[in-house]
Amino acid sequence: MLRLGAVATSLMALSACAAMDEKPAPAAAIRINEDPYPSTYQRYPGALTVIRHATVLDGDGHQIADGTVVFGDGVIQAVGGPELASPAGAVEVDGTGKFVTPGIIDVHSHLGDYPSPGVSSLSDGNEATSPVRPEVWAEHSVWPQDPGFSRALVNGGVTTLQVLPGSANLFGGRSVVLKNVPARTAQGMKFPGAPYGLKMACGENPKRVYGSKGNMPQTRMGNIALARATWIKAAAYKRKWDKYYRNGGDMPERDLAMDTLKGVLDGKILIQNHCYRADEMAQMIDMSKEFGYHITAFHHAVEAYKIADILAANNICAVMWADWYGFKMESYDAIKENIPFVHNAGACAIVHSDDANYIQRLNQEASKALADGIRAGIPNLSEAVAWEWLSRNPAKALGILDKTGTLAQGKMADVVLWNGDPFSDYTRPERVWVDGAEMYDANDPRKRPVSDFELGQPGEGDTK
Amino acid sequence: MTRGLIAALLLAAAAPVGAQTFAIVNGTVARGDGSEPIRGGTVVVRNGRIVAAGAGVGVPAGAQVIDANGKWVTPGIVAGFSRLGLAEVDLTSSKEDGGGRDDTSGSADDTSQTGPFSAAIDVVPAINPLDTTIAVNRADGVTRALVAPGVGKNIFAGQGAVIDTGADLQPVTSARKFQFVELGETGADKAGGSRASAHVLFRNALREAAELSRYPRPISVKGGRSDDVLLNRFDAAALVPVLQGRQFLLIHVERASDILQVLGLKREFGALKIVLVGGSEGWMVADQIARSGTPVIASAVNDLPASFEQIAATQSNVGRMRAAGVKVSIGMIDDGDTRNLFMERQYAGNLVALQKIPGATGVSWGEALAMITSGPAQAIGMDGEIGSLAPGRRADVVIWSGDPLEGASAAEQVYIDGVRQPLDTHQTKLRDRYRYLPRRDLPEAYRR
Repeated sequence: MLRLGAVATSLMALSACAAMDEKPAPAAAIRINEDPYPSTYQRYPGALTVIRHATVLDGDGHQIADGTVVFGDGVIQAVGGPELASPAGAVEVDGTGKFVTPGIIDVHSHLGDYPSPGVSSLSDGNEATSPVRPEVWAEHSVWPQDPGFSRALVNGGVTTLQVLPGSANLFGGRSVVLKNVPARTAQGMKFPGAPYGLKMACGENPKRVYGSKGNMPQTRMGNIALARATWIKAAAYKRKWDKYYRNGGDMPERDLAMDTLKGVLDGKILIQNHCYRADEMAQMIDMSKEFGYHITAFHHAVEAYKIADILAANNICAVMWADWYGFKMESYDAIKENIPFVHNAGACAIVHSDDANYIQRLNQEASKALADGIRAGIPNLSEAVAWEWLSRNPAKALGILDKTGTLAQGKMADVVLWNGDPFSDYTRPERVWVDGAEMYDANDPRKRPVSDFELGQPGEGDTK
Repeated sequence: MTRGLIAALLLAAAAPVGAQTFAIVNGTVARGDGSEPIRGGTVVVRNGRIVAAGAGVGVPAGAQVIDANGKWVTPGIVAGFSRLGLAEVDLTSSKEDGGGRDDTSGSADDTSQTGPFSAAIDVVPAINPLDTTIAVNRADGVTRALVAPGVGKNIFAGQGAVIDTGADLQPVTSARKFQFVELGETGADKAGGSRASAHVLFRNALREAAELSRYPRPISVKGGRSDDVLLNRFDAAALVPVLQGRQFLLIHVERASDILQVLGLKREFGALKIVLVGGSEGWMVADQIARSGTPVIASAVNDLPASFEQIAATQSNVGRMRAAGVKVSIGMIDDGDTRNLFMERQYAGNLVALQKIPGATGVSWGEALAMITSGPAQAIGMDGEIGSLAPGRRADVVIWSGDPLEGASAAEQVYIDGVRQPLDTHQTKLRDRYRYLPRRDLPEAYRR
């Protein structure tokens, strides 16, 4: 008893001692939900389908003359030549004289956030109230009834697109990657598992929008200074949260803007950087190294050809038009060979639209770029190679190349059957499948999506 | 300025324009008059004019012969509606910059936002034939353009011209060829906020012009112009030739009902020579347009309800109007109008593509080419002069690497008034400078 009491006393003493020397174990860290607006997209049903006798461009640099593509259960099951056997029960599609490609992926669209009709009530692409707005998310602006989505699908063969905030701001906000499938909600279009992007901008737009109001930035040096100051804050925010996640304790105050920037510094959010001029892209690359993030892609990149070697060395994609030029000073040095020159330097070249009309003709834009490249003597160019600019490289820049972008076994069956060579102005999509579900058939008026906005209006359900 | 351009300018100044005779042989020749292309055709040019074009055309003795084997030969592209030569750099992209028009540049002359004049404005002094935009389009086979000023404070934008894109300092083919007016959404905005107001302003302007034409004396003379006027004398005077049908009147409207209102004006003012511009919903009233004989310079591939006046837009618009008998051609209406005129041939190709789409209405290849060559010329009564390879026309001829309605094809030789044009531009010089990137003994600035 005595002994026991002594033990008890010593235990008590020990306990008291511990209470004096150590704080209670800190509360475990609570993880912030990084996906509070999750995708609700579910693929639609599709038949087991075999397309035969088509010219196949697989998006990965290969062309098959008498090609066969098999897809079912939402995924590509096999791609090959005429010898490829059809699975039992498959629907056969004769592709004679036609082409099969992966669906086009546009990495730069404002569909839904600058929809048709272009009235100010629907103009939701630029939160131009501060040059630093990483807290806004494009998906919260996306109006799924924008008729532009259906045009991009049926005339453009676009099956996936990234919708970005505008470029008024140095930090424009988060992008969202969408499946080009009509839905009631933006969540219903969200590409499952696609990482977020952060739209950044350099150059004329931020300095014009804010400089004209007498605010910073008014100059390019102001652009950079403000962006650097913001990254310094983001780095401190990240340190605070990293410590919290490591040690627990009191949760730091959340800041939506800094959440996004921390996501970039954690490598989870991809930088999609609007930037035209070569010298400015070089400044942005140095800034990314200063703060320890990677630029996934420069968008518009009109002068990418001047620094294509630097882009290649830094593993940065250039997102380009075929021949837009001169509409603003920073696009003055556009050349028609930009895309093939970047490709030739070993960098990742991408054709983009930034436009509700051009998104319907990205294949034709690639066609012009290909022809200009061949005329300029760029070696080893072909239609099969040029299709990489339309689906493979865009998928890489969106972080979804493991899921789509090429006709590889097991990938999403995002497939376009063209009624001829898609590198011709005379060719259009004939049928388009998204995840193996047929979303468009030129021969079937019921397979023509019509947005709510168009119902009961003149031209409802017309060929557009 | 490029050395090539300087050389061309000197050449143009020194030699009589296209004085020699030459023949382009063995090419696939398309005349631009709606007919289909002819393989192995010949085009003969003398003194800057077309002598003959087609199959079985003989080569005159002593003519210089240009072999176009494997190539296509067409008239130069006529930009049906443009602002070419009015802006070196546009500076604003309305959507993405979140701001209005930039006021920091002297490089854009396409619209007089705050000036006191409207209809009186003559676009000619604003045209800079040395703009890089003209060179870029010349290098892509655009040889002529209808150039319209943009509207400022008033529904009337002023008087447009027809220009060539030649590498010289005389761009004007025909000055003050047409008046341009906005009567749709933009017109409503300029008139204070309603289409009704725009139409009253329009009728009043023609009334003032009528009055002025009856009393053509200076304003100080008693018994002259009434006090009941909105327009200054200069603007009113500029509308007299419109009223009397001596100058074309290009009216921009998109909505079906707006088009019908314009056709109504034609009944009200019998002498007006109206050309509809835009007309995205024209297919809905195609029969009425056809019966009125009014030509349309349309956007080719608008298919979005981009505004409430384009709700029924479809790429079949042009084909359906054409099928109904409307004289329709293609322009770049508010679509890269200062610089992307080279897109017209790609758009024309897209109209051909529609022939293969069930439910859509396309146009034949020959018609599509005509819509970007003789069509716009015909709309303003100049098809006797430009836009086709018919005998007597100005020898604006392009030799293409392939089918010109494929954007992938390139212009290899461009002739304007029979004069071969330089095709180097700011862009081609940059291309050549940066074709190879490895560091050399001197910086890139020394390469040209």
